[in-house]
Amino acid sequence: MKAIGIILAGGNNKGRLGALTDHRAAAALPIGGCYRAIDFSLSNMTNSGIRKAAILTQYNSRSLRDHLTSSKWWNFGRKQGGLFVFTPFTSSEDSNWFRGTADSIYQNMTYLMRSSEEYVVITSGDAIYKMDYRQVIAQHAEKSADITVVYQKMEDKDLSKFGVLEMDGDGRLTAFVEKPTTPPPSNMASLGIYVISRKLLINLLNQVVPEGRYDLVQDIIIRFTKTLKIYGYEFNGYWNAIGSGVSAYFATNMDFLNKDVRDTFVNEYPYIETKPKDEPPAKYNIGAEVTDSIVGSGTIFNGRVDHSIVFRKVYIAEDAQVRNSILMEGCRIGRGCVVENAILDKEVELSDGQRIIGVSSDEPAVLKKGTRL
Amino acid sequence: MRKKEMIAMLLAGGQGSRLGVLTRKVAKPAVTYGGRYRIIDFPLSNCINSGVDTVGVLTQYQPLRLNQHIGIGIPWDLDRRNGGVTILAPHVKGGDSGEWFMGTANAIYQNIDFIDSNNPEYVLILSGDHIYKMDYSAMLQFHKDRGASATIAVLEVPMEEASRFGIMNTEAEDKIYEFEEKPENPKSNLASMGIYIFTWDRLREALLEDNQVHADSDFGKHIIPKMLDEGQPLYAYRFQGYWKDVGTIESYWESNMDLIRALPEFNLYEDFWKIYTNSDHQPPQYTAPGAKVKESLITDGCEIYGEVYRSILGPGVIVKKGAVVRDSIIMCDSVIGENSVLDRTIVDEECTIGDGVQIGVGENAPNEAKPNIYYSGISVVGVKTTVPNHVTIGKNCVIYGETAFEDYPEGKLESGKSVTRGM
Repeated sequence: MKAIGIILAGGNNKGRLGALTDHRAAAALPIGGCYRAIDFSLSNMTNSGIRKAAILTQYNSRSLRDHLTSSKWWNFGRKQGGLFVFTPFTSSEDSNWFRGTADSIYQNMTYLMRSSEEYVVITSGDAIYKMDYRQVIAQHAEKSADITVVYQKMEDKDLSKFGVLEMDGDGRLTAFVEKPTTPPPSNMASLGIYVISRKLLINLLNQVVPEGRYDLVQDIIIRFTKTLKIYGYEFNGYWNAIGSGVSAYFATNMDFLNKDVRDTFVNEYPYIETKPKDEPPAKYNIGAEVTDSIVGSGTIFNGRVDHSIVFRKVYIAEDAQVRNSILMEGCRIGRGCVVENAILDKEVELSDGQRIIGVSSDEPAVLKKGTRL
Repeated sequence: MRKKEMIAMLLAGGQGSRLGVLTRKVAKPAVTYGGRYRIIDFPLSNCINSGVDTVGVLTQYQPLRLNQHIGIGIPWDLDRRNGGVTILAPHVKGGDSGEWFMGTANAIYQNIDFIDSNNPEYVLILSGDHIYKMDYSAMLQFHKDRGASATIAVLEVPMEEASRFGIMNTEAEDKIYEFEEKPENPKSNLASMGIYIFTWDRLREALLEDNQVHADSDFGKHIIPKMLDEGQPLYAYRFQGYWKDVGTIESYWESNMDLIRALPEFNLYEDFWKIYTNSDHQPPQYTAPGAKVKESLITDGCEIYGEVYRSILGPGVIVKKGAVVRDSIIMCDSVIGENSVLDRTIVDEECTIGDGVQIGVGENAPNEAKPNIYYSGISVVGVKTTVPNHVTIGKNCVIYGETAFEDYPEGKLESGKSVTRGM
C-alpha cells in the first residue's frame, strides 16, 4: 500500500458530550451495540490496505488505550507496519500538549520521516462511516492533487458546524469556509478526511508550526487554498460524527436500527472490526419482550425492551421496561424499572422500581458511568 | 531446550458417527454448541484457563473446518513464541508408508517426537468430545501429590447408568485397582471422562512397549490395564460439575437445551473461566418490531423478524417474518424463510430453509435408514442444505444437499424419510 494513516483522536470535543466524555476520548465512545467509534476509522484503514497507522490522542486516553491493547483485531500487529498510539510527551526541547491538529502531527514528525509510503490518509477518530481510501487516493493521483478533501453534500445537517467547500467545475477547491456564520457557499461539507503526499505534509508542517500556527484546516487547507492544488472527493455513503453532541450520539446509535445502516456496517464485507470480548450469546428468558433493538452478546433479558441499543453484558430484570434508550456495557436494570429516552453509560445499576425518563431523543437523560440508583 | 511442566494432547480426529449428518463434513470436535461455540472450544479454553499453553491437536477425520477454526490459536491466546497450538495430522513416515492414527494411544505414540520436543514432565490427554469446564492445574496438583504414573478424571454417575461407561474400580484414596469398559455388573460408579494426566517418562515407556503388541493401541483397552498390571500407581480424580458427552443427536440437542433454563447448571455468563471461540467478527444482533424471542440463546449478527421459542441460534442466523422456530438448534449463517415453522429441528451451518416450510410435523416414526441415530423426534438438516418453499417435513427426517420441490412427493416428506442430493 502506498499510504500510511493518521487518526486524529485528540479530544473530548470540548465537552459537548457532557458526562459521556468525562472519562473517555470521543473516539472511545461505544456505538452500535458492540463497537467503539474508533473501530470505524481503524477498520477503514486496514480494509483499504493501509498497514501502518498512528492514533494521535491526548484527552484521557486510558479507555482508548484499553481498547487498543492489542492491534491484532484490526490486523495491525505486523512486522511490516503496525499501529502507533501517540500522546504528548516531554523532551529536552519542549513539553507541550498538542496545541492543534497540525501541531499534534508535527510533534510526531518521526512517524512521517521514518515511513516511505507516498501518501498520508488523515481522518478523525469519532466518525462513523465505511470508506475505501484507495478510491480517494486514486482520484488524488489522477488529478495530481496536492491535497484531497473528502466532502459530502449535506441535506439536513447544520452546516455551521462544518467546513464548507467551494469548488470549480473540475472539483478544485476555490474557497473553504470553516463553520460558516453567514449563509454558506454550498452544502458540500468537509468530513475531516484528507489525502496528502507525505513529503508535502512534512514540508507544510515544518513551515507553519514554527510560525506558531497549529491547525490543519486553518493554517494549511485555508491558508494554501489558492497556492496548492486542493481537490474535493465526494462521498455518498453513510457518515456521522458522534462527537458533535449528545443528540448526534443518540441519533447515530439509533441509526443502527435501520437495515441499510446495519447492512453497511454489520452484514457486508469488509467488516468493521472491534476488540472481541468473547461473551456468550444473548439470553432471552421467559419474560423477555424485545423488539426493534440492537443487542450485544452476553446480555440477559427478563423484561421489555423496545427501540433501543443494548450493549454487551446488560441485565434486564423482570417487568422492567426500556424504550428509546441506549444501555452501555454492564448495565443492570432492576425489576419494574422504567427507562425511556435515556443514555445509561457503562455499568450503571438501577435498583428495583427506578424511573429514568428523558425529555426526548434530542434531550435524553444521561446517567454517567458507574451510577448506582 | 524448551521445558514445559505439562503439555496437552487433544484427540480431535473422531468422526462422532452417532451425530449422523452433523459430522458428515466436520469432525465431532468442530460441531457447534451453544450458539457460538464449537465443542473443541471447551477443552482449548480449559487449557489456557488452567495455564497449559502448549497443546497438540490430533486431527484425522474431516480436519478442514477444525484447522480453519484453530488457526494459530489466537482466540485462545495459544499463539505463543514457545509452545502454543500445533495441529498434528497423520503423515507419511520414511519411504512411502503412511499411517493413520489407529487408536487413541497409537495417535500419541505417533507423535512422541512432538511431545519430546517440548520436554514435558507431564502430559495431559484430552478429547474434543465433551462440554465441561475443568481446572487441569488442580488435577495436576492431585497427580503430583500422589506421585501417580497416571491420573484419570472420573465422574460419579448414577449406578444404574454405570454400565454405559468405562468404570474405575478404586480402593482407599481413590487408587485404581481395576478398569472395566462398560461392565455388565459395575462395582463402582466412577466413570472415566477420557481425561488423563500421565507422567511423561512412564507413558512414553508404555507407548513404546504396547506398540510392539497392539497396532491399535488404546488408552482404555491397553495402556491403563498394562500400567495396572505392572503395579504402577494410578489414581481417580473426582470431578464435580457439568460434563456432557454430546455423542448422539438426542444428547447433543439436550445439552444445548440445558443452556436455556433460567438458571442453567452450566453457566457461560461468568467472567471467571471464560470460553473462547474463533468468530470472524462479533457484530450486534437485531430483533425487529413484532419479533418474539423467549427462552432462547441468540448469537451475534442474528436478525430476528419472526418468533423464536426455546431455541439456540448461532451467529448470523436470519429468521424471517412470520417464521416460528421452536425447540430447535439453528447453526450459523442459516436462513429460515417467511412463515416457515420448525419444531425440534437441528439446522446445520449455512442452510437455506425456504418460505412456508414446515419441519417436525406428524408421528414420531424413527428414521428408516438409520433408526439408531434418528429416533428421538428430531429432524436434521445437514450443512449447506437448501429446502425449497412450501414443503412439509416430518420427524426424524434427514435432509441434505440442494433439494428441490420434486424431491418431496406432493410437497411432503413423511416422518422417518430422508432426502439427500449431491455432495
